[in-house]
Amino acid sequence: MPREAFERELQRLQDELLTLGNMVEEAITAAVESLRHQDLEAAQRVIDKDREINEQRFAIERDTLILIATQQPMASDLRILAAILEITTELERMGDYAKGIAKICLMIGEEPLIKPLIDIPRMADKARDMLHRALEAFLRQDVDQARAIPTEDDEVDALYQQVYRELMTYIMSDPHNIEQANYLLWAAHNLERTADRVTNICERVIFTVTGEMTELNEDEGRSTSVEGLPA
Amino acid sequence: MNDIKIRIENLTYSYGDKVALRDVTMDIPANAITVVFGPAGGGKTTLLRLINRLNDLIEGTRMSGRVLLDGKDIYAPGTDVIDLRRRVGMVFALPLPLPGTIRENVEYGPRLAGIRDPARLEEIVVRSLTQAALWDEVKDRLDTPASALSGGQQQRLCLARSLALEPEVLLLDEPTSGLDPISTGRIEETLFELKQRYTIVLVPHSIQQAARVADYAAFFLMGELVEWQPGDLLFTNPRDRRTEDYITGRFG
Repeated sequence: MPREAFERELQRLQDELLTLGNMVEEAITAAVESLRHQDLEAAQRVIDKDREINEQRFAIERDTLILIATQQPMASDLRILAAILEITTELERMGDYAKGIAKICLMIGEEPLIKPLIDIPRMADKARDMLHRALEAFLRQDVDQARAIPTEDDEVDALYQQVYRELMTYIMSDPHNIEQANYLLWAAHNLERTADRVTNICERVIFTVTGEMTELNEDEGRSTSVEGLPA
Repeated sequence: MNDIKIRIENLTYSYGDKVALRDVTMDIPANAITVVFGPAGGGKTTLLRLINRLNDLIEGTRMSGRVLLDGKDIYAPGTDVIDLRRRVGMVFALPLPLPGTIRENVEYGPRLAGIRDPARLEEIVVRSLTQAALWDEVKDRLDTPASALSGGQQQRLCLARSLALEPEVLLLDEPTSGLDPISTGRIEETLFELKQRYTIVLVPHSIQQAARVADYAAFFLMGELVEWQPGDLLFTNPRDRRTEDYITGRFG
């Protein structure tokens, strides 16, 4: 395969990656919207669509492996393909988080929400926006943008802690709220993890361009561990 | 890094007006495979030949700089060139077995070196052919003509011929260029074994081979050493744009 054909195939893979990214972005929004409006049918659609996300991920993985096997790419070509494999894995997991939120919607069912959802949709918007720009940074090979995005993860973490504190007060005021508060906390946790995984994508952008493997959020994950939760 | 076996210092070499190597400085570590690669006309073969003093008799050439083997300048007056070539063996792209049998090919060098004892010669034949990963294929027909061997076998015979002299350094100029993937694989496996004992400098026949075998890799372009790094770094994250362009197929 001459260089031009390789470039074309690489471009196609990047387009497919972007398609997968769009599917995941939509899944995040759709899942949280279904939860907010308690739209069980919409939640079921998110769950069903997760299969398409998985299939798209496998298709990209397969085509990337074929390109590696047949072209034996080196240097930046190899790094970009390694990054594609890594990013598709991250996207697939984000898709699972969205599916998890949709499942929570089904579990809560038609039982009235203990409170209107405000911060959870905000978390979703923020995480989705970060994801969108991270993929943009990958396609444009924009290291500066990739370095900037993870700093915004603090906003998602702050929203998560806010959701946590608020749900705790609902639990304390009425033990009947425990089950639903737990579900909602779980949904918030999935969004917090989604934003963390955006950081991983940004790290791959930097790796692709510079060859350096860097940890962008040194304390990533701490906010999700037990000791990181507000006392 | 391993000990330095060969040190090349500010080596400049020209054939008439044509500069083949331009101010090359690099170290070749012992017990490792150093791959010298790049587009044709880059100076790779010239470099190998200079390490073996094979260019001594070519008219109209000029050289400056030094080539040190174990710290000693091989171009210093009084250097025993015969001894140098015993310590530094070379295998070329085209296998050129000598007329005669397989055994005679391997014994030729040791006999020239004065070894006559049949038991000693037999031991050398077995060891050399074994090290070259050819023994199992030829042990029952040592006294048949070498010309009857396949290309890959002939190339390993040439390798065995070099190994018979127990050199310290092996220079290999595209030793697998005409070979199928299986023969190529055998020779590469052999090199992995041999580097435990020898210092190997290899001009590969492809970038993929360079990446497969290189402990260290040196990229040459038009007589210039562009970049020299451990192989795992050079092929995943080259420092120089020209190396990047060459190994990703953007030119050359």
